[in-house]
Amino acid sequence: MTAPLTSLDRPNSYIGRSLPRPNAKRLLAGRGRYVSDLRLPRMLHAAFLRSPHAHAKIVSIKTDEARALEGVHLVATGADLATICTPWTGTLDHFKGMTSAPQLPLPLDRVVWAGQAVVAVVAENRATAEDALELIEVDYEDLPIVVDIDGAREADSPLVNPGSVSNVCFRSQLDSGAVDDAFAHAAHVVEEEFSFGRHTAVTLEPRAIVADYDPAAGMLTVHHGTQTPYQFQDLYSRHYGIPEARVRVIATDIGGSFGMKLHVYHEDMAVVGLSILLGRPVKYVADRIESFVSDIHARDHRVRARMALDAKGEILAMDVLDLTAIGAFSTYPRTSVVEGNQVVRLIGAPYRFRNYRATLEVIFQNKVQTSQYRAVGHPIACAVTERMVDMAAAKLGLDPFAIRAQNVIADDAYPQTSPTGYRFEALSHEACLKRLQEMMGYDGLRAEQAELRKRGIYRGIGIATFVEITNPSPAFYGVGGARISSQDGAIVSLTPSGEVRCLISVTEQGQGTEAIISQIVADQLGLAQEHVKVITGDTEVTPHGGATWACRGAGIGGETALQAARALKRNILEIAALILQEQPSALDIIDGDVVDAGTRNRRLPISEIARIVYFRSDTLPPGTQAQLTVSHHFAPQGYPFAFTNGIQGCSLEVDVDTGFIKLLKHFIVEDCGRVINPMLVDEQLRGGIVQGLGAALFEECRYSETGQLVNGSLADYLVPMPMEMPDIAIAHVDTPTADTELGAKGVGEAGTAAASACVLNAVNDALVPFGAAVNSIPITPARVLKALKRF
Amino acid sequence: MRGFDETLLDEADETVRVRFVVNGRKVACEVAPRETLVDCLRDKLELTGTHAGCEMGACGACLVQIDGRAVHSCLMFAVQADGARIDTIEGLTESGAIADLQAEFHRRNALQCGFCTPGMLVNACELLSQVARPSREQIRDALSGNYCRCTGYEAIVDAIDAVAKARSAGGAR
Repeated sequence: MTAPLTSLDRPNSYIGRSLPRPNAKRLLAGRGRYVSDLRLPRMLHAAFLRSPHAHAKIVSIKTDEARALEGVHLVATGADLATICTPWTGTLDHFKGMTSAPQLPLPLDRVVWAGQAVVAVVAENRATAEDALELIEVDYEDLPIVVDIDGAREADSPLVNPGSVSNVCFRSQLDSGAVDDAFAHAAHVVEEEFSFGRHTAVTLEPRAIVADYDPAAGMLTVHHGTQTPYQFQDLYSRHYGIPEARVRVIATDIGGSFGMKLHVYHEDMAVVGLSILLGRPVKYVADRIESFVSDIHARDHRVRARMALDAKGEILAMDVLDLTAIGAFSTYPRTSVVEGNQVVRLIGAPYRFRNYRATLEVIFQNKVQTSQYRAVGHPIACAVTERMVDMAAAKLGLDPFAIRAQNVIADDAYPQTSPTGYRFEALSHEACLKRLQEMMGYDGLRAEQAELRKRGIYRGIGIATFVEITNPSPAFYGVGGARISSQDGAIVSLTPSGEVRCLISVTEQGQGTEAIISQIVADQLGLAQEHVKVITGDTEVTPHGGATWACRGAGIGGETALQAARALKRNILEIAALILQEQPSALDIIDGDVVDAGTRNRRLPISEIARIVYFRSDTLPPGTQAQLTVSHHFAPQGYPFAFTNGIQGCSLEVDVDTGFIKLLKHFIVEDCGRVINPMLVDEQLRGGIVQGLGAALFEECRYSETGQLVNGSLADYLVPMPMEMPDIAIAHVDTPTADTELGAKGVGEAGTAAASACVLNAVNDALVPFGAAVNSIPITPARVLKALKRF
Repeated sequence: MRGFDETLLDEADETVRVRFVVNGRKVACEVAPRETLVDCLRDKLELTGTHAGCEMGACGACLVQIDGRAVHSCLMFAVQADGARIDTIEGLTESGAIADLQAEFHRRNALQCGFCTPGMLVNACELLSQVARPSREQIRDALSGNYCRCTGYEAIVDAIDAVAKARSAGGAR
């Protein structure tokens, strides 16, 4: 009944086709409906007074003048909101021994980072609310601050949380055994210390929320710029004591998210409370400086690593220490230790060696929280691993491609389990390496590099292999006690006029979720894509599911849609068979028509079946109860994660007088299994790579010694702009997962995972003639000049 | 005012009447002197296709046309635009002035979340009105004040490049 997924020449075959996104035309016409655009009747606006101190005791708060200002409806402090909101703690059970202090929307007696929201004002408009902030007086008493990793780990360090014994949030160790032995017998050992700056998501639309509590109905509706509406429905329900069925979270168009908008933010929780206190809609949109000081940051790691090799260049072992400094709290509900956990588990992942040891230490400090942002942990694991491999290659006189070809897990050696316990179903490192070398014109680039060096032009060529975690099972969060779903749900209906509606739990942030779901449903049912309407992002109408995170939308959401569409097709054909007096197996659906499966001769349109079922059920055989709405859920089984892999390459030029780096060209060969829409997949890769290039060269949240963020604007925090970014060449290897019918794996983080590693290797390659090396990200001109001893 | 010290508000609550021609229609509204043009367009005139991204002229999300030229509406007070002809993404869409750019952006998926897109289109429109056949380098340079976190820019450059070629070939413009 079902034709192969890859045949593009049969009718309605949409899987594997580059098609534009039906929902993008609205955005092009300026008709997007972002939460920041939303205006509701009687809506009020919130603004927050923020702490100027990184760590201080709140002695007193005077709000009388602010309350008296015309147009102000409410001034709320931590104590006011604590009466209606229960605290939250950002720990998960499977991270044994981790600690974090309880959090409330606004603090009661102590601020722990500069920029933390302290007092909320709700007024007729945002400007009035901000005027009122200036009338509030908060008396603070400075407390000792912790702003760097080394200081935080010292025995006599001030404590971020005064009741605790140290500033350690979490510590863990991995040891597959015999690591010391491997190093003792190694022919070669390379060793390096790396640092990775803090950076942040910088979505173009800042965080935005409109909370609307209706006391008459006891109903909370939250219009929320988020990836994960169901998670927030659950959290608002539990922390504000409102039954889940009376909490509705609507996530409409969103101006970028990248993982940043799925965490609990103090202001967002506060806005819900403010709406409950007032019984009116309350809106809050972060401005740009507020985004910089209160959105989660990411990275901020320091890694010391050693790699042991035998005389021929075979990697024998790695030994790693990862120190990462988070904020004063671990972020809720996904914690701030997942990044470190993924760093230590992904290091070395593409390679065959068996002896691995790693220590992870996650440390509190007085800065805004870090947590999951696109490619969580991957860029660090990849940069450390790939730089060590290049250092080893240099030591052994091997070419970077040759040492990787020698050490990657062979394409025919799967399944494999990594020394850190990751189970790989099937990866394609060898095929990707080969393809990249051809695509880059590697030998030509090397020849050109040698030629240009003679003229004092220093080009660098870098490559980086990677493994990406996608399609997570409950092993990711569920096992730790988080109410974060790894399954998805879809409701697919044949409408009375013969069109199809699909309500699904995965959400749209512009990556094309709705487009690919409509492609899958149209393909599997056998009708034109324009006759499939996909609806996402409203907990009141779409079934509960994981939504969008960790590259799960296509792999898990797509499979959910596929299975739901097949179930609806069976039901349609059952009724068609009754009407046509045929066996269902003798029928198929093509282009919206029921046809004879063998001859493809048209029998009747599915709109006719819909008409009969909805309006003339009396003409069907007695006892027939047609089911033209199918509700279906899919939870991933089999492998706990669908790992993907790939390799990136780049060519760049270092100006050794100024330290400036010009990116010339970037390449990627990627294997995300079955590709549903090649154009959208390539867009994910390009966008992801550019985020990684920003991290590599520009992006860093810089703090003063007093814990002040000193570059919180788009003029001071550098993001990648069109002029600095290269064109990106893309190729694919397809190794579908056998865990699903669809065979798709995730792709959203692959670009970011290895781009910075690739640039790090290329810069170091360019600096070889000078015997200089850089091992810090971002690779700023100052760092390049410092490495060259010219600064 | 319940004994409130008037000086604390300065002149924030005083409004000024301004008049524009917005998307071809005469409009008058009351704005506070401190109100930026982007806030006026979005809040007073409900033209929410124009976005505020950085509030300092660095990201390009708020670009509109004022008297035919691309201007950052976040860097201008509404009162400064008094008497001006303002065209936003809504008006440019309705007039068909950028229909070919919009179609090419759609065809090549030169957008993801779409938040930067109106500003990108206003800037692309400006570029093509100044330079008929810009090189890729010139396109990237012209867009260097338009931030997009989603796409990686390449499809945007491709789309503008394709439209420039099509317009030149068509000879219509």
